[in-house]
This record gives sequence, C-alpha cells and structure tokens, in this order.
Amino acid sequence: MTVVRHGFLGALSPGHRERLFTFAHDVSFPGGTRIFEEDGVADRFWIIRSGLIALDVHVPGRREAVVETLGEGDLVGWSWLFEPYRWHLGAQARSTVSASEFDAERVRAACEKDPSFGLALTNCVAQVIARRLRATRIRLLDLYGPPDAGES
Amino acid sequence: MTAAAPLTARPGTVPIPYRVVEREGETSDTATIVLEPVRSALQPFAPGQFAMVYAFGVGDIPLSVSGIDGHRLTHTVRTVGAVSGALHGLRRGDTVGVRGPFGTGWELPAAVGNDLLVVAGGIGLAPLRPLVRDVLAAPERYGRLNVLIGARTPHELLYAEDVRGWQSAARILTTVDRADPLWQGEVGVVTTLLDRAAFGPGTTSAFICGPEPMMRATAGELVHRGVDPERIRVSLERNMHCATGHCGHCQLGPLLLCRDGPVVSWTKAQPLLMVREL
Repeated sequence: MTVVRHGFLGALSPGHRERLFTFAHDVSFPGGTRIFEEDGVADRFWIIRSGLIALDVHVPGRREAVVETLGEGDLVGWSWLFEPYRWHLGAQARSTVSASEFDAERVRAACEKDPSFGLALTNCVAQVIARRLRATRIRLLDLYGPPDAGES
Repeated sequence: MTAAAPLTARPGTVPIPYRVVEREGETSDTATIVLEPVRSALQPFAPGQFAMVYAFGVGDIPLSVSGIDGHRLTHTVRTVGAVSGALHGLRRGDTVGVRGPFGTGWELPAAVGNDLLVVAGGIGLAPLRPLVRDVLAAPERYGRLNVLIGARTPHELLYAEDVRGWQSAARILTTVDRADPLWQGEVGVVTTLLDRAAFGPGTTSAFICGPEPMMRATAGELVHRGVDPERIRVSLERNMHCATGHCGHCQLGPLLLCRDGPVVSWTKAQPLLMVREL
C-alpha cells in the first residue's frame, strides 16, 4: 500500500512500520457496514487505504449522530490501546472501504515485549488523539455561526 | 476677490450607483447579488479586492467581490446587522452605492506554475470564488488545483452549482462541522482535508479565507507541512469605514487593512495575529 505521509503511518519509522504490519491483514467493508459499536470490545484497529468511515454517537430515540469522518491514511480506533479496551464511538463505512486491520491483542503484546516499539506506537496514537482533540475544540467555537456582534 | 477653488472629493469617497440585476438566496441568511452600473462604472476589480457597498439611508459595509464579469460586480452578503440586513433584503431593480476597488488582491500571477490550495471556511468562499474562476479560465498556467471547503452544516454550503462545475478540473473536498442524516460527505474541521489534498509543499501557493482561528490553524498546518509562509495568503477582516487609509479603524499593527490588505502573506500576518491586543 501507499504510505500516506501525513497520516498515522507517517509518524512511524520504517522499521516500526514494517513491524506493525506483521500484525495486519487486508479487509474491505461495503458501504453502510457497521464496523464497530459503542461499548463494544476494542480488539482491533484499522488504517484506511481508501474510502470514508463515519464515527458516530448513539443518541437514544434518534439516528446515530456523525461526529467525524476519517479517510485515507487515518487510524480508525484508539481505544484498543487503553483499558478497558471498549469503543467510545460507533463506526460505519460511508463508502466502500479498503483497510489494513490489526490484531490489537498481538500489537499490545509486542509493545510490552519491545518498549521501543511500544513507545513509538503510543506516541503516534497520542498524536492522533491530540490532533482530533484540537479539531474538536475548533468545532466547539462554532466559527461559522452568527457573529456575536454585528456591524453598525 | 479671488474665487475659491472648487472642492473635489478624494478618489474612492463618492459612491457610484449600481443596480441589482440578479439576486440569489444562498442560505437562510446569505444572498448573492449581481450589480450593474447605472451610468459610469468603477475601475475593474481584482479577485480578493473589496468594495464599500452603501445601502441608501442605512450605511455601508465592506464586501469582497465574489464574482467579476465585465462591469458587473457580484457580492455575497450575510445578514449580521442593519447594513448587511438591508443589502440582504435587496431585490432586483434596487439601487445601491458602490465605492472601490479597495485593497490588495490574491495576486494569482505570482502563483503561476505552482500547485494551488484554496481553503475556504463558511462565507470565506465568497472572496475565493473569483480566484478559482480565474484559475479555471487558464488551467495550463498552474499545477494541481485543490479547493477545500468547510461549513457549519450542509445547508450552509455556498455556490453548490459552481462547486459541482469545478469538480471536473479541481480536487474538491468538502466538510461540515455538523452533519444531518442526509449528509454523506466528510464531517470535521477543514484542516483535516489537507491530508487528502494533492499538492507538493515546496511548490504550492495557498489562499485562505474564513474565520481567523480557522485561518491560523490552516496556515500553521501548511507551514508545518513545508509550505513557504510567503506563498500562503490570507484575507483578514477588521472594522473598515473609510476604506481609503485615512480613518484608521482597520488598523492591524503597522497595517491599514483597507489599503495594505485585506490579502496579506502569512509572513506578515502571523506575527500580528499572535498579538492579542491588536
């Protein structure tokens, strides 16, 4: 697959990237597929090769609210790295998605066995979380909403 | 006694009458109006420049041109206060006063040969639309054209027909902050679209218009990815009144944005935007 320079993989060294992919296999999801649900067991994660995945939140009595979409090169899921290993959001394929799927348990075991690899991978995931937090904060500002003060 | 010399107005201070020849509602609070000179026309506008548009009896506000077609001017106005509300409420046949052109433009000729990255947030797409049109009129002069559009909701996306027409010649990426059940596109902030744009940082010119925090985030991300700050141009807003560089209301540090902007390089803008008091 093509490595996306600014995606999740871009932050890993070539050696660690190669190591990570020993735990992966290719998968494909037709559009509309539910990939995981809120509070489900976070036992795997994905890096998108093509297509779009929507992250959503269950709202009782209403359709799931889409809170973010992820595309080529993006990491899908980070709850697998932290106990209790449960998904905080749901995920659905918006279009046909091709992705690399990783066995989370084996990756965690490799991180424990090789601290250098574990640290590098944790740093990458932390960067993803930080980036998404920054993006969420910007959205909270409601920048495109009506200004607070009008012109004269 | 010697007769007094006749008083003459400073250039750009007397509104010229223009008539509304077309009006299209874009969203619930935003409309695009096409203006045609009643008699004499102003000097030609460049993409990125603005006019002071005067609703008679109410006041005037700065509006960037969102379309240029001969002597016709197109402006997109969002209802914010009394003046913009009056302009939004104009109908075909109504007359307004127009002063201009004012300020700096996007300076597209400086980007010849480069990949182009156009990043618009909300109504910031309005000042960028004539830039995109100019690029598409002579696409062989440039590399890849990317247009990244962010909006609050799907219903607040502007120029749907134009954007569809651009898709054959540009990479168009659109995202909204909040989706509705029918929206099948991307959800998130516009900066996340940079990952999927097609450009080489070393040979890219970027043009950004939108809310200031969005411009800061986008420009910062582009610099991080290796785009030269001098090749990143942003359109800034301040409270413009005279538009001729005299009253000082639009001052941003050493700049008077009506004269030295609104389009400035990120090299100039970034240090000023970091000063809270400016």
